[in-house]
Amino acid sequence: MAKEITIALAGNPNSGKTTIFNNLTGAHQKVGNWPGVTVEKKEGTATYDGYTIRVVDLPGTYSLTAYSQEEIIARNYIIEKKPDLVVNVIDASNLERNLYLASQLIDLGVKLVFALNMVDLAQSRGQIIDHEQLAILMGVPFVPTVGTKGRGTKELLEAIVRVAEDRESVTRHIHIDYGRELEEEIAKVQGTIRSARSSMDEHHPRWMATKLLENDEEVIKEIAKKPRKRIILDQLEQSTAHLKQILGDDPETLIADRRYGFIHGALTETLRHTRKDRRYFSDQVDQVLTNRLLGFPIFIFFIWAMFQLTFNLGRYPMTWIDAGVGVLAQFFGGLMGEGLLRGLIVDGIINGVGGVAVFLPNIFILFFCIALFEDTGYMARAAFIMDKVMHTLGLHGKSFIPMIMGFGCNVPAIMATRVLESRRDRILTILINPLISCSGRLPIYVLIAGAVFGARAGNVIFSLYIIGIALAILMGQIFKRTLFRGEIAPFVLELPPYRMPTLKGTVIHMWERGSIFIKKMGGVILIGSIVVWALSSFPQTVNYSKDYENQKLLIQEEYALKEAALLQTNQGEKVEIFTEEMDRKIAEVEILRKREFQEKSLLGRLGKTIAPVLRPLGFDWRGGVALLTGFVAKEIVVSTFGVLYQVEREEGEESEGLRAAIQDAMTPLIGYAFMIFVLIYTPCLATVAAIRRETGSWGWTGFSVGYGLALAWILAFIIYQGGRLLGLG
Amino acid sequence: MAVRKLNELRTGERGIIERITGAGRFRQRLMEMGFVPGTEIWVEKYAPLKDPIEYVLKGYHVSLRHEEAERVLVREQEEERRKD
Repeated sequence: MAKEITIALAGNPNSGKTTIFNNLTGAHQKVGNWPGVTVEKKEGTATYDGYTIRVVDLPGTYSLTAYSQEEIIARNYIIEKKPDLVVNVIDASNLERNLYLASQLIDLGVKLVFALNMVDLAQSRGQIIDHEQLAILMGVPFVPTVGTKGRGTKELLEAIVRVAEDRESVTRHIHIDYGRELEEEIAKVQGTIRSARSSMDEHHPRWMATKLLENDEEVIKEIAKKPRKRIILDQLEQSTAHLKQILGDDPETLIADRRYGFIHGALTETLRHTRKDRRYFSDQVDQVLTNRLLGFPIFIFFIWAMFQLTFNLGRYPMTWIDAGVGVLAQFFGGLMGEGLLRGLIVDGIINGVGGVAVFLPNIFILFFCIALFEDTGYMARAAFIMDKVMHTLGLHGKSFIPMIMGFGCNVPAIMATRVLESRRDRILTILINPLISCSGRLPIYVLIAGAVFGARAGNVIFSLYIIGIALAILMGQIFKRTLFRGEIAPFVLELPPYRMPTLKGTVIHMWERGSIFIKKMGGVILIGSIVVWALSSFPQTVNYSKDYENQKLLIQEEYALKEAALLQTNQGEKVEIFTEEMDRKIAEVEILRKREFQEKSLLGRLGKTIAPVLRPLGFDWRGGVALLTGFVAKEIVVSTFGVLYQVEREEGEESEGLRAAIQDAMTPLIGYAFMIFVLIYTPCLATVAAIRRETGSWGWTGFSVGYGLALAWILAFIIYQGGRLLGLG
Repeated sequence: MAVRKLNELRTGERGIIERITGAGRFRQRLMEMGFVPGTEIWVEKYAPLKDPIEYVLKGYHVSLRHEEAERVLVREQEEERRKD
């Protein structure tokens, strides 16, 4: 019979919880989100001693108060899902603060095992911990571990099974002594909870009483649901007032103070420092990396290196994937006859999804770099250095990474917002990120600016980037003052010691995030590509204004005659020239046919439908169609223009032809307004999917798309109409 | 002994935490992070742009912005500049 144990893994951020989780579960992990929120949820299984041990990784928290989403998730999981036991990963080199969470877990009255992690680091710092004595004092077994070296994993599993089977001799439930005054009030509140109870329910009344005195919103809400809440809340009010009067402080402060008192007491007996000096290697490294003069240059170098790796190294696999997609498209194209199904598979699915799949190498390299920054501890320093700059923009220091990545591609940039702990910072960064002009928009700028601004194109494109940054700052300020008013996330940022990352850990970290891109984006992009393909391929039969097929036949006949004439006059070598000419003419007719087809397809009709909305901006229906297809991916805009504006040209390269056509169709003013629109509105469907994924809300996704479109329209309007008033257009 | 605001300490200066002014979430967060009365704290360094500031307490490093450190009151300890 398979016996099952469910354990929850709790611990402070930077306590090495993730490595312990990886050691316990190996490759048997699945990553998801906690219901309704964007906090990552990881689960895995371990087998030991005939047990299947399900390990649920709780979010890293410093405490179990109800102040952050992560804390509420962790606490509710323990209280509501009642895991068989909780393993708390404790950083041995930072024992005192790590034991704070441990003391709260003790208060909860759940079965516990403490993993005393990074004991090697503590030892090298001259901290001698008598963990056996500490275990007796706290009533919880301590298992020394070194997560990065896989040490102590077996012992940890052993302890888990022992505690789960109630065979652990150390285990006992202790009460943390909060001092006479507090204890008296706790007892009073506890008494009212007991008396108000209809049945023996879930939580420990002592824990609830303590939480009530701590002014815990979640527990107060819970109590407010009970029929006899008045008695409890009255007692609570009395007790709080009494404590304030005699001890001169809030009960919540007093309780935190006493918890640290309890920890301090336990540690005086069990922790010895053998070294007086507290200058560690990590501090010396930090003196260089966050140095007043060197800090910024080093930081910029790292970001530059990350960029180079992501977009230059990524270019090689990118071309392979691109070529692979081409081969695949050709293969399926050759396999099937001309028809709807071929169109769907080749143009819709393969080219559509392939267009996004080419970003995979970029995304994986980027996530590898970010994982490396996080795992070494450098990310916290980057935030430390950049916070001043980002704070003036209403953002957190860590927002810098996603913002800078946006210049490459908004999709990994938005996914990189996961480094931000507060939901407010995350959503704010996600909302303004699309304003950072990604590399996909550059080809459009190059085409249009090149066509209508000629030699000044470079400056014009630069101005677009600057406007994007300025808008990001402006919108950040506006959102901060409107949507996120009052929600201030304090910048209490721990700077953990530098650590040597393990390849395994970093790769797992990278894979967790990258695989989400593959899975979730795949679905949305697939559907999106099919929709655009369908819109541009239906209705299938179009009433053409000219008989293009007949024109093609006529050309063929004409050249057949010409070639025959050549052969008769023994000028066979010229046949080839004529054949080329004929192919070109047929291709031109085909482009005209495609153009008319596009115009009369659903997409073309949509373009014409929205044309009135775009007319005040100076765009015609072609601009409308281009912007519509640009919603899927900005790269498509250029190829859409290619189809819509291609003109018959006797000679000359095609791109020249397109450029000239745009020059004819757009004034510089319209061109600029168009580029502004392209800069501001939704970058691409993959970005929408990423926003949906990372905010976990269709509301925010819709808002992002909506405000982007509105802002794009308003700015393009101001530029076009304002320019006309000034006589520029 | 003089009570000063934490953000007034210069690099290398030490203090003993006296109390945290104000109320609510931020105060509770700091308490949980070990900013409890009687705790020794020192300034490790200022960020290159002077804000935030890195502190060491209870054997770990944490950074606070000026506006946050301002709310922590410390009792001055005899000046002990550490060599850097």
